[in-house]
Amino acid sequence: MSFKLDVDKFKDAITELIRKASTQLPADVMSTMEKARNKEEKGSPAKSVLDYMIKNADAARDNSTPICQDTGTLIFFITIPEGVSLRKIESAAAEAARSATKKSYLRPNAVDSISGKNSGDNTGIMAPYYHYEEWDKPTIKIELMLKGGGCENVSDQYKLPDSRLKASRDLDGVYKCIIDAINNAQGLGCAPGVAGIGIGGDRASGMVVAKKQLFRKLGDKNSDPELAKLEKRLYTDLNKLGIGPMGFGGLTTVLGVKVGAAHRLPASFFVSLAYSCWADRRCTMHFSESEVSYD
Amino acid sequence: MIKINLPVSEADIRNLKVGDEVSLNGIMLTGRDSAHTWLLEEKQEDVKDLLRGSVIYHCGPVVKKENDEWKFVAAGPTTSIREEPYQGSVIKKYGIRGVMGKGGMGEKTLKALGENGAVYLHAVGGAATLQGQAVKKVHGVVKLEEFGVPEAMWIIEVDDFQAVVSMDSHGNSLHKEIKAASDKVANELIGI
Repeated sequence: MSFKLDVDKFKDAITELIRKASTQLPADVMSTMEKARNKEEKGSPAKSVLDYMIKNADAARDNSTPICQDTGTLIFFITIPEGVSLRKIESAAAEAARSATKKSYLRPNAVDSISGKNSGDNTGIMAPYYHYEEWDKPTIKIELMLKGGGCENVSDQYKLPDSRLKASRDLDGVYKCIIDAINNAQGLGCAPGVAGIGIGGDRASGMVVAKKQLFRKLGDKNSDPELAKLEKRLYTDLNKLGIGPMGFGGLTTVLGVKVGAAHRLPASFFVSLAYSCWADRRCTMHFSESEVSYD
Repeated sequence: MIKINLPVSEADIRNLKVGDEVSLNGIMLTGRDSAHTWLLEEKQEDVKDLLRGSVIYHCGPVVKKENDEWKFVAAGPTTSIREEPYQGSVIKKYGIRGVMGKGGMGEKTLKALGENGAVYLHAVGGAATLQGQAVKKVHGVVKLEEFGVPEAMWIIEVDDFQAVVSMDSHGNSLHKEIKAASDKVANELIGI
């Protein structure tokens, strides 16, 4: 039985997905920020900065305006039932991006790399961009991330072994790379951030694994015990760096650490960090022939 | 909270120290990558009087047009360090008293702040809805067609726009202090 895609309905549903992602900070991020604020010292810049961020997130939700003016790159991870046309999906998503730009949920953010000209509507070469998987459910799942430029600029990739860091090709080596990368980032990626980490793969797939980790809820637990241990160790130690919210100092440098892995070539061992700012904007939509839901 | 009315005098700016919280009021301009190179091509008549004594804000806003009038919807700071090669010269050429953005800037800018009597103001990144609400009126926009919405220079009137002095005109930088301390911890954790 094939999935009948109502293109108009689908386009409107994606526009709503974009609106939610841009204007509503996910509940798990919000509650983690609140806990962090309560932990910071009374009267400290860290506490007042977190407080301002939380107030801003509340105001953005209430007014349906962007949490951050850098509404980021639109990155879609899409899971489809067998036989759904990718061309129809992409044309609806591009149309939704145009419409969301007109409604000021998005800033025009796609710049021609050769001419420097802004396309004005968030579409262009590989903009938005899409990753696909297929499953056997009669539903299209779309996970959308709005990834801002500041935090993308401090994301990084290492190649093990690394003699400067005395890092070898093992999980301890991965740990050292991430401590180094988050320390280099300071407040520039709008700390406190979320560290999505990809171990292995090639230079492209390793970063995809890292980015995918950012869809995990902050409170979840890695099903791989070794990776769960690494996440915990990194979370504790990164918060000892004292960089704090916006790099003003404090106890909260990261809100979460999520690690995934991919098979690698014998010759390569990449460690990829996809850093997300505190305005960790992600939203998931389930679209079936009869209903739409968002999480 | 120290109230600053724009344009501001050199003496008032020299009184500010790292860690001071300020509230900005009056007219300032946004400007980022394209604007900074353009500002150095020649002394730009369109903006030179507005910039004197005022603040240049590293920001690419989300805007909308309502009844032929521009409105700021979301307007948080962008990363300032990209302007490091140009900022010192822009401060000197236009008599700017404040540079506002996020993440802080480097030695060259710190030196220019001291020599010319200016400060670096750090606004909270990603808090764009509240900051957009502090923009009461858009007085105009320069180079919109050529640079696009994020890169154009928007002339804006702000009311109680809050920021923290993170680099002052006396050679102090909060960013340098935090980095030195975190480098030490990081090296211990890594074992180098």
